[in-house]
Amino acid sequence: MGATPEIANIDELVNRRIEELLPQKLEEALRQREESKPGSMAIIATRGTLDWAYPPFILASTAAALGWDVQIFFTFYGLNLLKKDVSDLKVSPLGNPGMPMKMPFGPEWFKGINWNIPNIVQAGVPGFETVATMLMQQTIKNNGVATIEELRGLSLEADVKFVACQMTVDLFGFSHDDFIPGLDFAGAATFLPVARNADVSLFM
Amino acid sequence: MNFDKELDARGLNCPLPILRAKKSLAELESGQVLRIIATDPGSVKDFAAFAKQTGNELLASAQKDKEFEFFMKRK
Repeated sequence: MGATPEIANIDELVNRRIEELLPQKLEEALRQREESKPGSMAIIATRGTLDWAYPPFILASTAAALGWDVQIFFTFYGLNLLKKDVSDLKVSPLGNPGMPMKMPFGPEWFKGINWNIPNIVQAGVPGFETVATMLMQQTIKNNGVATIEELRGLSLEADVKFVACQMTVDLFGFSHDDFIPGLDFAGAATFLPVARNADVSLFM
Repeated sequence: MNFDKELDARGLNCPLPILRAKKSLAELESGQVLRIIATDPGSVKDFAAFAKQTGNELLASAQKDKEFEFFMKRK
């Protein structure tokens, strides 16, 4: 009978066509899924100084503005960034040769001077850090850069998720009352699955 | 160019112009246009990237003296 070979022939043609089309369709579907998926970012914030407070909050608030899902895990000194009052964050030029020491006031020629103050003076003069911090705060203001409190508020407003490391809270003798409300207290096992699914994962 | 709302981001630095723009866009209806004026030179690249990521169309981007002007249409 002639019917069986014809069916076998059609089957073979169909199979061949499917094999040709399938990879294309699959690739297209994957690409569409990728494009429709919002971006995501997971950050570990480990520093508690005024200068290092900026990167996590700038990136988190901006990513949230781009429509991304963002989580920041605050651990060790990074916990300072979650205290109710962040106006006492300090910056230290001591042992930080990359930090320019310029005055935020006076005539232009004066503001342009980079004061090269030896470490031994920075370490020996009482209140040097406080003065450096005040100058930094003034520079921030002069340049229209947001305060940490403002960036933190904008991040929270945009649904950035803040997670505080419970282990560090215990280690440093903090209590949950020291921190702003709305935090999750958790550990590494909470952060890792989030980081695994994030497009961008950063340690700061 | 016609616009429905204006955002004065002069004197603000990264990332505030973007964050304020995002907020202002949220107050507009789809298809309405936001005019943004900024002084941050980084905002030129940043607004282009913001538009690409969010799907809000950047209709125009121009520099006038030391100011930058953007027209963005809400998605």
